[in-house]
Amino acid sequence: MQDGSTAWELVVSGDPALYAIVQLSLFVSLSAVAVASLVGLPLGGLLALTRFPGRGALIVMINAFMGLPPVVVGLTVYLLLSRSGPLGSWGLLFTPAAMVFAQALLITPIIAALTRQTADDLWNEYRDEMNAMGVTPAARLATLLYDARFSLITALLAGFGRAAAEVGAVMIVGGNIDNFTRTMTTAIALETSKGNLPLAMGLGAILLALILAINAAAWGVRAIGERQAA
Amino acid sequence: MFKQLALVLGLTMVLQSVSVAQEKSIVVASTTSTQDSGLFNHLLPLFKTKTGIDVKVIAQGTGQALDTGRRGDADVVFVHAQPQEEKFVADGFGVKRFSVMYNDFVLIGPAADPAGVRGSKDILAALAAIQAKGAPFVSRGDKSGTHAAELALWKAANIDVSAMKGAWYREIGQGMGAALNTAKAMGAYVLADRGTWISFRNKDGLQIGVEGDKRLFNQYGVILVSPEKHPSVRKDLGQAFVDYLISAEGQAAIAAYKIEGQQLFFPNADPGQRS
Repeated sequence: MQDGSTAWELVVSGDPALYAIVQLSLFVSLSAVAVASLVGLPLGGLLALTRFPGRGALIVMINAFMGLPPVVVGLTVYLLLSRSGPLGSWGLLFTPAAMVFAQALLITPIIAALTRQTADDLWNEYRDEMNAMGVTPAARLATLLYDARFSLITALLAGFGRAAAEVGAVMIVGGNIDNFTRTMTTAIALETSKGNLPLAMGLGAILLALILAINAAAWGVRAIGERQAA
Repeated sequence: MFKQLALVLGLTMVLQSVSVAQEKSIVVASTTSTQDSGLFNHLLPLFKTKTGIDVKVIAQGTGQALDTGRRGDADVVFVHAQPQEEKFVADGFGVKRFSVMYNDFVLIGPAADPAGVRGSKDILAALAAIQAKGAPFVSRGDKSGTHAAELALWKAANIDVSAMKGAWYREIGQGMGAALNTAKAMGAYVLADRGTWISFRNKDGLQIGVEGDKRLFNQYGVILVSPEKHPSVRKDLGQAFVDYLISAEGQAAIAAYKIEGQQLFFPNADPGQRS
C-alpha cells in the first residue's frame, strides 16, 4: 500500500495490495469457520443429546473457552509449529495455514457452545418422540443439526466475527509478512505503529463493512431458507 | 456442505505448503525499525529482481527476532544489538555476524520540553535532567535493540532506572511506532531510532530533543542462522541475502533510501568480509 493514500483512495483505485489483504483475511477466517464447524457442530450436538458423568464440567469448560485470549492461542500454536516444537517439521509457522489453525482453535469452543445451547432447546421438544420412534444416535444428531440449521447460522457468524476481528493470534503465528500473511487486522496494527492513523482507521472501516456485508448475506440466506422451509 | 468445504480447504493447505517449499523464499527476522522506516519496501524488490528470491520479513524487537532465529523459525536475522548478536553467534545459533549499516538514535520529546533538553548534544545530561525533573519518559520495555540501547544509556548516566522508576518512567512493551504514538499522547520523552522517527507520520507536538551525541550510534548486523543447528534453514538463499546486503550494490541501495531528502541508514559493511 502506498504511504499517504487514504483507505478510500485504495478502494477506488483497486489497490492490489489492499485486495490481497482483504482476500487473505476472508480466506483465513472463513476457512477457520469451516474447520471449526467440522468439530464444533457435532460436538455441540452430541453434548445436547447425551448424558454422561462430567458432562456439566465439559460444558462449563467449553463455555469458558469462548473467552480464550487470541494471544494465548497464538502463542500455543506458535510453540507447536515452531521448528523447535513438536510439529516443527511441517514447516507451517508463518504461513496462512498456521493462521487458519490458530483461528480454528480459537472459535471451535464458540461454535460448539452455541450449537449445544441451540440443540439443547430443540432436543427438549424432540426427545420423547425420538425415543418412542427408536431413532439411532447418528440420525438424532443429524436431525437436530439439520432442523436447527437456521439458528446455527448465528453460531457460525459469531465464530466468523471473532476470527475476522482478532489480531493477537494471526500476528504471532502469521508474522504479518507483506504479501503473504498480512491480514486486515495486522495491517491496521502496522499502520498504527507507523503513525499512519487515518489509513489505519480507514482500513478498520473497510473491515467493518466486510463483516457487515457477510452478516447481511447470512441474514438473507436465513430469510430465504426459512420462507422455503415454511 | 461442510465436508466439501473441508476437502477444498485441506487441498488448499496441502498445495500451499508444497508451493511454499518449492518457491525461492526465505524468512528474515528483523526489527520494527527496519520495517516501520520503509527500508525493506525499498530494498527487497531490488533483491528479488536480482536473485528471484522472495524475502518474508517478520518485524519484531531485536530480542524476539534473535529468539525466532534461535528456534529455527527464520533463515536470517537482521537486527541491531551487537553484544546480543555476538552472543547469538558464540552460542552456535548463527554462522557469522556481518555489520551492514548504522543510523543513530535521537531523543524525542514534547514541544513544551519540560526537562529543558532541546538542542543539547549530551544525551547523558539530558537523561539526568529528565529523571531529576520527573518528566514523563516512555521506554520500549520489549528487549528490542532500542530498549537495550536506552538501558545502556541510563546506566552510563549513573541512573538505576529499575530502582528509580516511578510514575515518570513508563515501560510500554511495544514497538517503536507504538512508543512514539504513546509519547505523543502523554507528552513524554522517548528514545527512537532516526529511521523510524523520520518516516513516522504522527509527529505533531513531538520534536527532536537531543541528537548528534556519539553515544547514540546504532549499528545493524546480519547473521545467517546456523544450518547445523537447524537443518531446515535455507542456507544458500539466506547466504545470498547476507551477501547482497554487504555487497557494493546492496550497500549503495541502502544509502539510496531517502525520505523527504533525508538518508535513513548509512552503509558500513567491511569490504574485506565480502565473499
